[in-house]
Formats: sequence, C-alpha cells, structure tokens
Amino acid sequence: MYTQSFNVPDGHGNPGPAADLKPVLSAQQQQLLAQAQTLFDAVIDADGKIEAKDWMPEAYRKTLVRQISQHAHSEIVGMLPEGNWISRAPSLKRKAILIAKVQDEGGHGLYLYSAAETLGTSRDQMLDALHTGRAKYSSIFNYPTLTWADVGVIGWLVDGAAIMNQIPLCRCSYGPYARAMVRICKEESFHQRQGFESLMVMMQGNAEQQAMVQDAVNRWWWKCLAMFGPPDADSTNSTQGMRWGIKRVSNDDLRQKFVDATVPQAKVLGVTLPDPDLKWNEARGHYDYGAIDWDEFWATVNGNGPCNKERLATRVKAHNDGQWVRDAAMAYARKQQQRLAQPKEAA
Amino acid sequence: MSQPAPPNEWPLWEVFVRSKQGIEHKHCGSLHAADAQQALRMARDVYTRRQEGVSIWVIPSAAITASDPADKDSLFDPAKDKVYRHPTFFVIPDEVGHM
Repeated sequence: MYTQSFNVPDGHGNPGPAADLKPVLSAQQQQLLAQAQTLFDAVIDADGKIEAKDWMPEAYRKTLVRQISQHAHSEIVGMLPEGNWISRAPSLKRKAILIAKVQDEGGHGLYLYSAAETLGTSRDQMLDALHTGRAKYSSIFNYPTLTWADVGVIGWLVDGAAIMNQIPLCRCSYGPYARAMVRICKEESFHQRQGFESLMVMMQGNAEQQAMVQDAVNRWWWKCLAMFGPPDADSTNSTQGMRWGIKRVSNDDLRQKFVDATVPQAKVLGVTLPDPDLKWNEARGHYDYGAIDWDEFWATVNGNGPCNKERLATRVKAHNDGQWVRDAAMAYARKQQQRLAQPKEAA
Repeated sequence: MSQPAPPNEWPLWEVFVRSKQGIEHKHCGSLHAADAQQALRMARDVYTRRQEGVSIWVIPSAAITASDPADKDSLFDPAKDKVYRHPTFFVIPDEVGHM
C-alpha cells in the first residue's frame, strides 16, 4: 500500500564511509567507468530498464535502496493501525476481509524487501535500519485508528492516495521494483474498494454511524493530501528521480489527481471533505483545495506524531519476540542438512 | 543476491509459479526461508494468495548461475549475423501459399 511519494532522507547514526574517501582509480578504470555511465544514461534516455546486476551509478543504487526500503517499511508498519481492529471488527465477514487486507500489506512488504535486496542490501540491514529508527516509513501510520470507521477510511482514502502514487512506479526504470509494483497495484484495488463499501454500509446506518464516518474522514483527509509529499517547489529530490525514471509524476500533479478523483466519490458516499476552499475551478479543469499544514507533517516525519514511538516499539517487540522461531527454524534446517550429509548407519 | 546472507539470516530462495496446467513455471520473486519445505509454504502465502498458481518451485538463490550483463554483447553476438535462421529470410513465390 502506502508509499510516501517523496523520499525523506533517512536519519543519521550510521553515515557509512565519508563521501570524500573515494577510491583512487587508474586512467583505465576511469575510462571503463565513463563507458558504463554512458551506457546507463543511454538506457535511461531510451526509457529502458535497469536490472539487478547491471552497472548503475552509486547514487542511483542508494536512492533506490532508500526509496524501496522506506516503501517496504511502510507496508510492514502499515499493518499495525489496521491490525488493531482485527479483534474488534463488527462482523465475521469484515474480520475475514480485514485479515486478508493486513496479510496483503505484509506480502507487499516482502515483495519490496526482496526488490531492495537485489541492490545488495541484506534484509537484516534494512530491518535494523527500521528498528533503530534510522529508516523512515510513511508518516500516515503515526496517527491512531480511533474507530471502526477509520479502517474504512484508510482503505478508501489512504489506499486511494497510495494507488495514485504507486501506479506510475510500475513504470520505474529499475526492473525488480517495477515488477513488485505491478503485483502490488493489482492487489491494491481490493483494499480501496473494501474500504469504500464498508463506509457505504455505515452511511446507510443510524445518525451515530454516519457521524462516525464523517469524523474519520475529517481526521484523515488532510493527512492523505500530505502523503503526496511537499509541493514540487520544495521537492529537491524530485528532479533527479525524474531524470532517472524512478519518479514519473510530480507530487503536486499526483495530489491534484487524487483530489479530482475523490470529490465525486465523497458525494456518492454522502460525506463532506473538511476543506472550505475546496471548489471546482472551471478555468483549470480541476478542483482547488486549501493550504496543507506542512509544519504538522514534518513534525510527524521527524518523530513527533501521536504514535511514532508506539508503532516502532510494537514493531521491534514483534521482531524480537519472533527471534526464537527464526533461530529454531534455522537450527532445524542445519540439523536436517547434517543428517543428509552423514551416511546412514546400517540397520 | 549479490552478498552472502549474514550467518543467522534465513537463506534466499527464488520462487517460480505455474499459473495453470499447460503453462511453464515463471519466476515471480524471492523470499527468505530456513529450508526448502518452509520456502514452499511461505511461497504459497506470499505469491499465491489469489489462486495465482497450481504448482510452485523454490530454488536456493545461491544455486543459480547467471550470465554477466557486462558480457551481454559478446555472449549473444554469434546469433546476430545469422538472419537465415528466421523463416522470413527466404523468399518463396506467392503461388506456393502458406509455408
């Protein structure tokens, strides 16, 4: 599900080798490097694909590792706010649907970790970066899911925003990422539709249930608009991402697309979107919308949202609690291998 | 794939899924598992949640030998100048019909 369409730099703490400690290259090595760069540029210019073992500039590799692993972390942490409601779903049907959706999110995280691993970063390294707080994940998950209507709204709006972001990533220049995104996008449509349908059912209920939906929409709407990332004018990473075919559509364009698609859906549902400035602009052929509170967004990205600490603590605990299972499985596999390697004693 | 897994990380497996009888197994991704049986079970959950397959292969990623992308040109060059391997190389009179 949920990518944050921008890439925030990961936190510091493990800065790696200093940038000025580049190896000294011989003239021949420099020439080979220049040739490789020319080939890479030609593939990118022709809108071609780069595969795992192809030569690629270090900055391209690093950008991808950061973006794909942040995306993977978002899927994994994204299981938590919804998982919170599995035991309290209002019916067996909704519970089964929610379990399937949360399982999908876990699956999406796994596809993405695998894609990132093709770039030479191990799973453990990525998990360590998440668990120590160095790596970011989508800040949308640092808000609480207060009522059952939040689960529906996450499907409709949060997943809806994520789909807008993710469809262009299916054409990303890095093959393994693009292929993972094709698979994810196919599954994402179920997430959005189940959310919308669940809200439709609530809107046919009593006044209290309808108010619950409206309240959830009010709390999530602006956070969803912020998910697309800072305005284009402030997105320093975007130009290079566009050049490399990693980012295809700008933050503001995606956000506009999301607003235009969502307004009619809200009308069908019978809810209002909490923005007095939201109105159709005939000249632009788009809906205008009000100003986003970027201070709040950045405060959450930087660790001060309502649930940052709780989410990370839950994730780390789940990982640590599972350690003995992973160790036991590995010990069992080693023992089986050893038995196979030893010749059987005669009976 | 390009680095050996740390000693306590489950090894990496490549997953191939046959979508239906009559179609070949196709690579669909990878996953970590302690052994082959576990890799199969996890591949079912990760890659066939929507009946995408009727059969799964899992292969240790380390067991795959791949050609080097840098050798692509020289490796595939010998086939380049053999256009006569394609049926369209041969001009046959129209009256012969489909051949």
